[in-house]
Amino acid sequence: MIAQSLFIIILIAAIYLFSKNVGKIRRNILLGKSADHSDNPALRWKTMARIALGQTKMVKRPLAAVMHFFIYVGFIIINLEVLEIMLDGIFGSHRIFSKPLGGLYDLLIGGFEILALLVFTACVVFLCRRNIAHLKRFSGVEMTTWPKSDANYILTIEILLMTAFLTMNAADHKLQLLNFGHYIKAGSFPVSSFIGPLLPDNAHALEMIERGCWWFHIVGILAFLNYLPYSKHFHILLAFPNTYYSNLHPKGQFTNMASVTNEVKAMLDPSFVPETTGEPGRFGAKDVTDLTWKNLMEAYTCTECGRCTSVCPANQTGKLLSPRKIMMDTRDRITEVGKNIDQHGKDYKDDKSLLDNYITREELWACTTCNACTDACPVNINPLEIITEMRRYIVMEESQAPASLNTMFGNVENNGAPWKYSNADRFNWSE
Amino acid sequence: MENPNSEIKVPTMAAMAAEGKQPEILFWVGCAGSFDERAQKITRDICKILHHVGISYAVLGTEESCTGDPAKRAGNEFLFQMQAMANIQVLDAYQVKKIVTGCPHCFNTIKNEYPGLGGNYEVIHHSQLIQQLIDEGKLKAEGGESFKGKKITYHDPCYLGRGNNVYEAPRAALEILDAELVELKRCKSNGLCCGAGGAQMFKEPEKGTKEINAERMADILEAKATLVAAACPFCMTMLRDGVKHEDKEQEIQVLDIAEITVRANGL
Repeated sequence: MIAQSLFIIILIAAIYLFSKNVGKIRRNILLGKSADHSDNPALRWKTMARIALGQTKMVKRPLAAVMHFFIYVGFIIINLEVLEIMLDGIFGSHRIFSKPLGGLYDLLIGGFEILALLVFTACVVFLCRRNIAHLKRFSGVEMTTWPKSDANYILTIEILLMTAFLTMNAADHKLQLLNFGHYIKAGSFPVSSFIGPLLPDNAHALEMIERGCWWFHIVGILAFLNYLPYSKHFHILLAFPNTYYSNLHPKGQFTNMASVTNEVKAMLDPSFVPETTGEPGRFGAKDVTDLTWKNLMEAYTCTECGRCTSVCPANQTGKLLSPRKIMMDTRDRITEVGKNIDQHGKDYKDDKSLLDNYITREELWACTTCNACTDACPVNINPLEIITEMRRYIVMEESQAPASLNTMFGNVENNGAPWKYSNADRFNWSE
Repeated sequence: MENPNSEIKVPTMAAMAAEGKQPEILFWVGCAGSFDERAQKITRDICKILHHVGISYAVLGTEESCTGDPAKRAGNEFLFQMQAMANIQVLDAYQVKKIVTGCPHCFNTIKNEYPGLGGNYEVIHHSQLIQQLIDEGKLKAEGGESFKGKKITYHDPCYLGRGNNVYEAPRAALEILDAELVELKRCKSNGLCCGAGGAQMFKEPEKGTKEINAERMADILEAKATLVAAACPFCMTMLRDGVKHEDKEQEIQVLDIAEITVRANGL
């Protein structure tokens, strides 16, 4: 009874805390400007199924794709086992699914064990890639202590959880063979039977190990759940809505700013009255709240894999720009804005902004808008849109474009070409 | 066979309208195609192709103006929309329905960004026109220069490839040649930018360890290509600069898809 009560208290506390933190992230995302991503739901579901569920954009890097797939499938399928563990915890039962599922139960437990081993292996390989092989993709200016530790924590926690799960099964299996207490014969143990010989033969010691691992595993999972909102690992949840709300237009198409359309129309036709006034706001983005909720959702979705940065032509040629940093800076800044709201109320303004305090102009002006980053992202994040919005602010609100671009603007405006040629000479090529 | 002196009279929309005629397609030349000396050759070659297959076409001539692409990518949405609306007025006044562009940037802008401002046209890039003409049997690779023995590669322009998923059309123009085709290490959706996009063409690059076109040259040298096919006037500039920088002008040629087509057909 005590164990059951304790379990239920921990479970409720974990779910409450997690919901609270997810609620904060949701609130932060909604601090962004409105943007309509609701058209064509059929195509959106398909995109989500293909890209998030089917992970089709991962295959460009086959080794990472296979390893990631093990962890992903392991995560989803082993959750069935977590359901049983939860029910056992609540009702004080043991292997509650074994009776109703019969022979299928043995198959399932056997399958979970194999998946657990694959997850374990993939996490070890990933740790080696990061810490021994030092893959270039996992370094860079934005990969400071926290992002590196975050990745290692995630992998280590997963290794520990899988170890606990398999050790628990190994002890359970041995207890089953000893016909000890309530340890009914249930499940098959293709992996953990190899761990068995390492464990003691004493039934009470085995029971201690089994219970210890059971608690470690489930409390570990609940703790990990509460780690997610602070971690890049949050992508396991946001990858789904983020791909659902993907940009469905051709990548080359940039948004037309409606606020500008109104002004341009009013300039061309003084009798023009804009349809709706909408949010006045500024042109472009100086801070995260000038971005759309989708941009902010993407910042929380980013798992810092660095595929974007590794294909960025500017980054590859030594420029400061790193699309991953754009996303990480956006996330850090919106988190900071959220904290300010929690501490000082919703009207509080600090004297910081995404531009200059986080992202420098040098980074923004290095972008060639080539869309390599958006193409590379396995969950359809678009750093280019944030870069463009910030350029818009610099150009239209501050008039601080690089001098050579101002010259180009002047030429387009006066001669209808980006160079200083007279429009009268535009057709000379035909002569 | 090749006749460099063949002069074609390029019709303008204004002249055709004066005669009460409506061409089937408008050839949108673009700023580079109009003013850049190297790109002008490509423009003339596109006209030769149109003329050769007998499509009724016209250009806007001095009535054409920048689409606003470089302004938009650089963040000047005002200037972009001013340009766009002025251009849409001109295009609509001539009741233009179909446009072929000589530049992926013009192509992308008119095709994707003008509809939101009221400009709706069927827009294709000249590589798509060439592919269409090949499919219809109107263009072959005969009667002109042979490309036998050449090792040809193709550099994907960002705004044609990733930007609009046009990967096969320009390759179709190369596949009909009697030549060895080779892909660059980074091609199609993995293609590396030439370095000119996003208005970089009009500014000095930010501080770095090397130029983007030098990075691209490494791919070209690795592929041991003797002819690099381009489909964008800005890529053309960057690739030629890259070749020049490597001192490989004798070994590596850079030609547009339209130029290759014209040469192969002896137009």
